[in-house]
Amino acid sequence: MTRLSIDLTGKAGSFAVSAQFETAAGITALFGHSGAGKTTILKMIAGMIRPDSGRVVAGDRVLFDRRSGVDIAVPDRHLGCVFQDGRLFPHLSVERNLTYARWAGRRKADRSFDEVVALLDLEKHLGRRPDTLSGGERQRVAIGRALLSDPQLLLMDEPLSSLDIPRRQEILPYLEAIREKTRIPILYVSHEIDEVARLADTLVVLSAGKTVAAGPTADVFGRLDLGPALGRHEAGALVEGTIVRNDPDYGTCLVDVDGGMLEIAAAGLQPGGRVRLRIRARDVAIARDKPTGLSIRNSVPVVIEQIAAEQGAYAEMALRLGEQTLRARITRKSVAELGLETGDRVFALLKAISLERRAVMADTQRSDK
Amino acid sequence: MSVEEWGIVRLAVQVALTAILFALPIAFGVAWLLARYEFRGKGLLQALVTLPLVLPPVVTGYALLVVFGARGAIGSFLLEHTGFEFAFRWTGAALAAGVMAFPLIVRPLRMAIETVDQGLEEAAGTLGATRSMVFFTVTLPLVLPGILAGAVLGFAKALGEFGATISFVSNIPGETQTLSLAIYALLQSPDGDAAALRLIGVSVAIALLAVIASEWLARRMQRAGGR
Repeated sequence: MTRLSIDLTGKAGSFAVSAQFETAAGITALFGHSGAGKTTILKMIAGMIRPDSGRVVAGDRVLFDRRSGVDIAVPDRHLGCVFQDGRLFPHLSVERNLTYARWAGRRKADRSFDEVVALLDLEKHLGRRPDTLSGGERQRVAIGRALLSDPQLLLMDEPLSSLDIPRRQEILPYLEAIREKTRIPILYVSHEIDEVARLADTLVVLSAGKTVAAGPTADVFGRLDLGPALGRHEAGALVEGTIVRNDPDYGTCLVDVDGGMLEIAAAGLQPGGRVRLRIRARDVAIARDKPTGLSIRNSVPVVIEQIAAEQGAYAEMALRLGEQTLRARITRKSVAELGLETGDRVFALLKAISLERRAVMADTQRSDK
Repeated sequence: MSVEEWGIVRLAVQVALTAILFALPIAFGVAWLLARYEFRGKGLLQALVTLPLVLPPVVTGYALLVVFGARGAIGSFLLEHTGFEFAFRWTGAALAAGVMAFPLIVRPLRMAIETVDQGLEEAAGTLGATRSMVFFTVTLPLVLPGILAGAVLGFAKALGEFGATISFVSNIPGETQTLSLAIYALLQSPDGDAAALRLIGVSVAIALLAVIASEWLARRMQRAGGR
């Protein structure tokens, strides 16, 4: 498994970036708002922009090291790139595009052509021209082309941002299939927190050209100090749990999150399977006592771990649920009236829970903490 | 058509093809510079390239005579060291035709090069292709319609070139007398009308073919560019 180790500073025009992080197995998301420097950093890793200083190491290969003067040329870096706009060669058929790295790049792929074509469902498109493909099909070809270049690592620069919402939903399962079947680590640049919540095993947060956080996705999601960088409205926690029971009559199932039992709207999940859930901070309310007579069905006992008072009307809270962390965003007035303090045992009322991932890979579970 | 008339057509085509063959690679280099790079004197280069299009052709012909004539700076040097001569030879006619056609070749080439998305070249690099491989497998195929359009347009211009040719290499039958010059000469003689008309027919046919071909190529290029 190739780990990418990044420590670099540099400039693109007058914009300075500085990034330090390491990727792990699976998908590492490089998250930040537009203009945070994500693409610049990706281009530095790919070798398209030269950093001013630092090192880029992929596995045991040093790709760039300012001190010893190493700067491997783009064609020799063996990093598969998937660009925002696909960048398929318009004069070549889908098949010639897919095999470009072999006939023009002298790469021998250790993955078979048929395997990649099957993985991305491209059989019936091989003879077509790129300009006749839909946006989603084009991105699948672009991903396949990168996979067939014998990459040590895939770099994806917002590969879904040029697609509309339904097309994105169409591509996401393919990305998950790549993670599961090829085992090639992916560095995934995105400014969509939803994509990150669903895909990322490791999360690196960028703000104004600097890495402000890096770690397992759930841990980074649970941090209160990253409000502005992650987006306040969408802020929330990621938790993982095991499916205990299905209730097909109501289309729900019960998930055990470190002892807290949560009922989620989802059908057809196998008991015993691991799932990832996302709970937005604004969908969490706090009660001193176990409430009754509510339509909100989920209330779990938690311990207040931290209260971050903000300037405005709201306060952010971190709540401990077993080994995991929930987040809540309630008014400061509520905090004062309920007299909430760190260490208090309270009930968290969850208005909405979204199921982000139906199957969590064994080796990306909390063991890599 | 008589043997002489066919000879005139053959010479004209030979001169025009030679002109294009030499002008095309140079035009490609200039078009590449203008399309891809910013440098001091870019405006000057651009003006220089356009000059033959706007100058009176006779002036261009005279300038060629001054530079490439037997006593010209480059002409005398070539004559002395290699024995190669432009003045009053068909090679001179080709030089005049090439210079006059140059701006018309550069323009579609430059447009074609500017249309190529450099992101595609970048993508090819990440797939392992070296710079030269990228050029031959991505850039060149995408620029090809522009090259063909430029060549066709340039060929038509070279074929019809008159002013610069007559002032540089004169009107020598069998050596520098191309189609236009021959038609001009025939129209000057009292009984040349029939022969002139035949040659006019030939030149109209060639020009028409060239324009149709270049229009077709331009449309193809637009389609390829408008993904």
